[in-house]
Formats: sequence, C-alpha cells, structure tokens
Amino acid sequence: MFRILQVTILLLLASVVSAQNVSRDDIRGLDEQIQDVKKDVIDLTATLSQLEEKLLFPSNSQVAFFVSVADEHPFELESVEVRLNGEIVAHHLYTYREIESLQKGGVQKLYTGNVQTGAHPLQVRFIGKTPSGREYRAEASYQVDKAVGPKFVEISILGAESEINFKDW
Amino acid sequence: MCTSLLSLLPVPAKAILRALAASLCTLPILVGVVNAEEREELRDLFFGAAMFHAHQENFFDAIVALDTELAQFYRLDQPELDPFSAHLGQAEFSVGDLELSYRMHREAGRAIEAVLKGNVSQAVRNEAAYRLAKIHYHKQQPVNALHALEMIEGRVPERVRAEEQFLRARVFMQLGRFDEAVELLKDLKGEESLAGFIEFNLGIAQLKSGEETRGVLELTALGKKSSSKPAAQALYDKTNLLLGSHLMEAGELELARPYFDRVNLEGPFSNRALLGAGWVEARAGRYGRALVPWKMLQNRKGTNESVHEAMLAVPYAYGKLDVHSTAAINYGRALDSFGNEIDTLTASINSIREGKFLEALRRKEATQVQNWVVALRNLPDAPETHYLLDLMASNDYQEFLRNYRDLNDLFERNEEWLKSLSAYEDIISIRRAYYEPLLPQLDEQFRKLDARIKLRIEQRDIFASRIEQMLVSRRPEYLATANEQEARLELMKLHQQITERPQGFTEATRSRVERLQGVLDLRLSTEYDQRLTEAYKHLQELNIEIEKLQVVYQSYVRSRQAATHSYTGYNKEITRLRAQIRSSQQRLEMLMARQGSMLEALAIQELERRRTQLESYQIKARFALADSYDRANELQEQREDQLKIEQHRESLPKENLPELDAEVEVSDGGEA
Repeated sequence: MFRILQVTILLLLASVVSAQNVSRDDIRGLDEQIQDVKKDVIDLTATLSQLEEKLLFPSNSQVAFFVSVADEHPFELESVEVRLNGEIVAHHLYTYREIESLQKGGVQKLYTGNVQTGAHPLQVRFIGKTPSGREYRAEASYQVDKAVGPKFVEISILGAESEINFKDW
Repeated sequence: MCTSLLSLLPVPAKAILRALAASLCTLPILVGVVNAEEREELRDLFFGAAMFHAHQENFFDAIVALDTELAQFYRLDQPELDPFSAHLGQAEFSVGDLELSYRMHREAGRAIEAVLKGNVSQAVRNEAAYRLAKIHYHKQQPVNALHALEMIEGRVPERVRAEEQFLRARVFMQLGRFDEAVELLKDLKGEESLAGFIEFNLGIAQLKSGEETRGVLELTALGKKSSSKPAAQALYDKTNLLLGSHLMEAGELELARPYFDRVNLEGPFSNRALLGAGWVEARAGRYGRALVPWKMLQNRKGTNESVHEAMLAVPYAYGKLDVHSTAAINYGRALDSFGNEIDTLTASINSIREGKFLEALRRKEATQVQNWVVALRNLPDAPETHYLLDLMASNDYQEFLRNYRDLNDLFERNEEWLKSLSAYEDIISIRRAYYEPLLPQLDEQFRKLDARIKLRIEQRDIFASRIEQMLVSRRPEYLATANEQEARLELMKLHQQITERPQGFTEATRSRVERLQGVLDLRLSTEYDQRLTEAYKHLQELNIEIEKLQVVYQSYVRSRQAATHSYTGYNKEITRLRAQIRSSQQRLEMLMARQGSMLEALAIQELERRRTQLESYQIKARFALADSYDRANELQEQREDQLKIEQHRESLPKENLPELDAEVEVSDGGEA
C-alpha cells in the first residue's frame, strides 16, 4: 500500500511527459509548418487591411480619431463618446485589458470614417473613475479641419493641460 | 532546469519539479514584456495603436500593425525624417517579442539576428543578444542560449539587467553548471520583480550542486512566506510540497510533515499536500493521525487523482486500526465512486472520439473566462476536462492547444476576409454603376472650363511679365487706360499723317496735336507710380483668384481620380487575394486536423490511463473489501464467541469455574 503514492506520482509524471509519446520530429515539423502559415496569414492580412483602407477610407476623405490616456493622473477610463458633425460616430465601453493597455501608453484607434474637406465640429465626452472610486466625467469640443490628405486626431484624456486635449497628427 | 535538475531528486519530487518547471519556463517572457512597458513619449500615432494591441496580448493584430508600419518606414526615401524613426528600435524588438509570444520562434530569431548583424550600437546589440538567448532558452537550446548571452559585452540596459542575469543562471542550470548559477542567483537576491523565483531556483541549484543543507534552508525560507496573491502563494505551496515529498522519500518523516501542513488548504496543491501528510503519518505507523488529512481529502472532488488514492487510503488506515467494518464501508464507497468515474471517463473518451473536444476548443465562449480549460466541461457534450488538467498543464500540450486555437482564429479571420471581399466587390460594382454614366458629361464640361482657366492663366502671366518689365524700365504707356490708349493710338496716327504730309495740316492743328500728346504724356508720366502700384495690387488680387481657381481645379482633378480609383484596378487584386486566402484556408484546415488529432490522441491516452488506473483501484478495492468483510466477520465471530463464553460462565455454578477457565485457556491457545 505504501507503494501507491509512488505509483501515483509515477503515473502523474507519465501524464506530464505523455506528450513526448508523440514523435518529437512530428511535433517539430508541425510546429514549423504552423509558424510558416502564421507568417503567411500575417502578410496576407496586412495586404488585405491596406486594400480595405484604400477602398473604404481613401486618403482624400479619411478621418480617424485615436484615444490615449495621459499618465499624469491615476485614472480608469470607463466610456468615451465621440460626435462628429453633431452625430454620434463612436461610443466605446472599456474592458479591463483595454484600460490597462491605455495606461501603459497604447493608443486606441476609436473611429475611422470619411468626411469632405473643410471644417467639422467634434465633441468628445468621457466617463471614468479615480482610484478613490469617484466618478469623473468631462466634455470638450474641437474643430477638425479636413484638408486633402488623411486627417488623424488624437484625443488625449486627462492630460496636464486640460481634461481632454486634442492633437492633430 | 526543466530536465537536468530532475536526475538529482527522487521520483515524486521529480514529478512536482517538472510541473513547476513548466510554469517557471514561461516567466522570462512575461517579465520581459512587463519591463518593456515603460512609458515613453509617443512620436508616432500608429506605433501607439500597434502597442494598444500588444499590451492586450492581441499578438496577431499587433504584429500585423507593426509589420505594416515597418514596411512603410523602409519604403520611405528619407526614413530618418519620419517620426516613426524615434520608435524604430523598440518596434523591431517588439516585433521579435510579439512573434515569440505568438510562438513564431523562427521569425523572432531571424528578426533579432538581423539586428545583431546590423550596424547598431553595443547597447542595442546587447539587448538583441539577450532576447535571442531568451528564444533559445524557450526552445530548450541552452548551448545556443549561452552562446547568445556571451555576445553581450559591457553594460546591459538597466530594464533587462536582472532578467538577463536570471536567464543566464537558468541557462547554467540547464547546462548542469550549478555552482555558477548559485553565484549569479545569490547576487540577484532582493530583486523585487523576480521575488520568489530567484529563491526557488537558488534552492534547487544548491541542492543540485551538493549544498543539500543550504538548498533545504533556502527553500524552507521561501516556503514559510505567505501572500494574498494566488500566483505567489502557489509558488510557496509548490516549494513546500516539493520539500515535503523530498524529505519523506529520504525517510525524514518528522521533518516532512510541517512542509505539507504549510500548504494552503484552498490552493491548487492542497490535495497532494493532504495526501502526502497522510502518508508521512502512515509511514510512521500513526494511522489514526493519517486519517485526519485523508478523510478531509476523501470528501473532495472525485476527479482528482489524490482524492482517488485517499479513497483507498482511508479504509486501508481503518483496516490497520482493526476497524474493519468501517474499512469495508469506505471500500464500498470508493467502489461506487470509481464506478461512476469510470463511466464518466468512458463517456468522455467517446465524446473526444466524436470530435466534441475539438468543437469545444473552437468555441469562443469557453476562452472568454479565466479558467477556460475547466470551463470547457460546461459546454454541451464536452468531455470532463477535470481529468485533463494535469495533461493540459504540460508544456507540450499547452503549445498544442494554443497552436490549435491560433489556427482556428486564423481560419475564422480568413473566412471573415472572404465575406469582406464579396462585400467589396458589391461596393465596387455600385460605384461603377454610379460613376461611369456621370463621368463623360463631367469630363466634357471640365474640358471647356479647363480651356477658359488656361486662357486666364496665360493672361495673368502676360500681366505679370509686363509689371516685371516696368519695375526694371519705365513704360508709362503700359498703364494707360482704355480711353487713353485709344487717344494715344489716334495721336500716333495723326503724327504719322503729319510726318507724311506736313502741308495738309495747319500750324494750329499741328500744335494742337502736340499739346494733346503733351497732356497725355504728362498725365501718364505723373500718374505712373500710382498706376504701377495699383496695377501691382490688382495683380496680387488676381493671383489670389487664380490660386482659388487652381485649388478648385486640383480638387476636381483629385475627385475625378478618386472616383475612378474607387472602382478601377481592384478586380484582379481581389481575385488574387481571394485565391491566396483559399489556399491558406486549405493549409490551415490540414494543419488544424493534424494538430487536432494530436490533441485528441493525447487526451484519449490520458483518459484511458486514468480509466485503467481506476480499474486497477477498483480491483484492489474489491479484494480489500472482501478481506475487510472476512476480517470484520472473523472479529465479530470472535466477539460473539467471547460473549457466549462469558454468558455461559455466568450461567454456571461457581464450583465449576476452575475447569471452565482451563477449557477457555486451551481454546484460546488452540486458536492462536
């Protein structure tokens, strides 16, 4: 009966290494083929994304809004709403991973669309929470001046200067 | 560490170590990612957008975004002027890191080797060498990893210095150079980002290098810690379990028990710890004390191997304590449980054979919860994944699972692209139907407008050139008004006639002509500066209007081009891309089938192993149950006999007692 423990652990060990029963060469060969197909699909997706952008958002009418969170204040973004020319074009509720990513310096491409050249009013509203749990909300307006080329606007939340900063790129 | 360490330790400790090593092997990548996440000023919006995916571990999207940015950057004529150049180094490293996380080791290795071969600073070379070493280590190639680490010269960047030393130590451990590993790990002690992992590896390295006492002390100190963080607590629990098993195998029973007792009762290692604690007591012959942890374990989840063993161990201990009836009841309970579990295992094996396991793996909802492997069992007809937890925790199986899910993800992405391509074709045909009838008329109108615009531009150019001339030499006649021009021409004609026929004109007429010429010249001369200024202003105004006209002109040209480009030139590209996607789908399906069959085969193998084990337990339990019944009956018979004897003795007259006593003595001696 004392041997049961040893037998069990031996069996446990067998389970841990059971994958080794499949030939190592098979595993390696398959893994390399999987790596190759991943590379091919990545390249293909990049080409398809470029085609999509060219087709749906040509540069002469493309406008895109990006959201970032400044690292001056500890803050958790909960939602952002963007209105362009008085219409809601984007409303986003943030997941924990998205919040974490923004806090680490990631920039979210929130909206891509098409507008004519000229001036377009933009309103941004956000709701968030401070570490103490206090709700924080703010709203700001900006004028998007669309010229011939694509227009990229960064919406930076809770920066040093104001609650919402806009930056043309 | 993953393999070489195991030869030192006894079998149970090896098993635990191996499982622990599997989890520790993934640490450097995570640490690397965390440390690379120091916030820097953003110079390129699209780099930030790629990092948004990377920080969320959306490796595929992040690699696509960074690859696109890098390709665009290298196509520029003067890339150094592009803001992306500020992030170039980080982007190239991030691609390597992301490819590594996405299990594209070859690409990651190539990317980093390219950096090493390039004309880069020693600091960049050092970081690249470190990352290359990490890839080799991850691929279990310690010699190559050490070779990469040896390329590091001078100072290693601060943010990866500790990880580099830690990696070097583990490479030494894999190569069996434990003394060097011990020295490095001792220097690293106190490094907060690697707290716990350093001590664990140091303890193991010391055990392996022959410093048994120091190793045990190091691991004991680690095991005495506690944490509210589950991951840290799990490491402490594993350490205690490892040491407890190690000491029990070495026969140090009194020393072993406290290590098992320190393991958190709610943690993932509690079952093995309870089982171990029971065996320590049983080995010391204290079966009553062994029952305490075993009975606790007996009531836990019936799919766990330790629980199955406890189901046999509990009646075994009761048997040893001569409580055979309770032993028999517990053996019966174990038999019932084993029977149920064998049925579940058989159903699970059938479910896998019917493809339900792979179907469950492909479903998105299972992956959206934290403990998705366990959650799989909740899906309809999915196999009982609790039996597969140990298998699923193994490195190889984890790789297979991730690869399978990656392939499925790529397949689904491609399917979406195929749908999108059809939608794009619709969009293109709608655009063609809209623009094609309109454009000829527009072009006709445009050609007329274009001719007028060109004429006006030519006129402006003539004016501009005249004004240029007047700035150099005075030409008052250029600034005459229309009436003045007319008068000037008239006077010129009269002058010519007077010159040709002077006798035809009176003196009064000639002097009048001269006077008029004088008045005109005087006016043009005196007003020349003012008129020139006016003319220059008018030219400026004209330029503004011409510029506006040209903007409108350019805008039309662009709109015209955009309209044409919105539907021409796509068909061939879409056809080519569709063919590429379909070919890639075929490859993905084939690879998924191969990877899937590997997953199924290993899962079935594991479930069959568990079933065989339970069947063997069942046989043991049946024999033990019969034995317990026999012993219980025997004991009961003995007790009944004893009772009869006592009753008989009480019913007899007192004078017969000595004889009876003698008979009883004979009877007892006979049985014995």
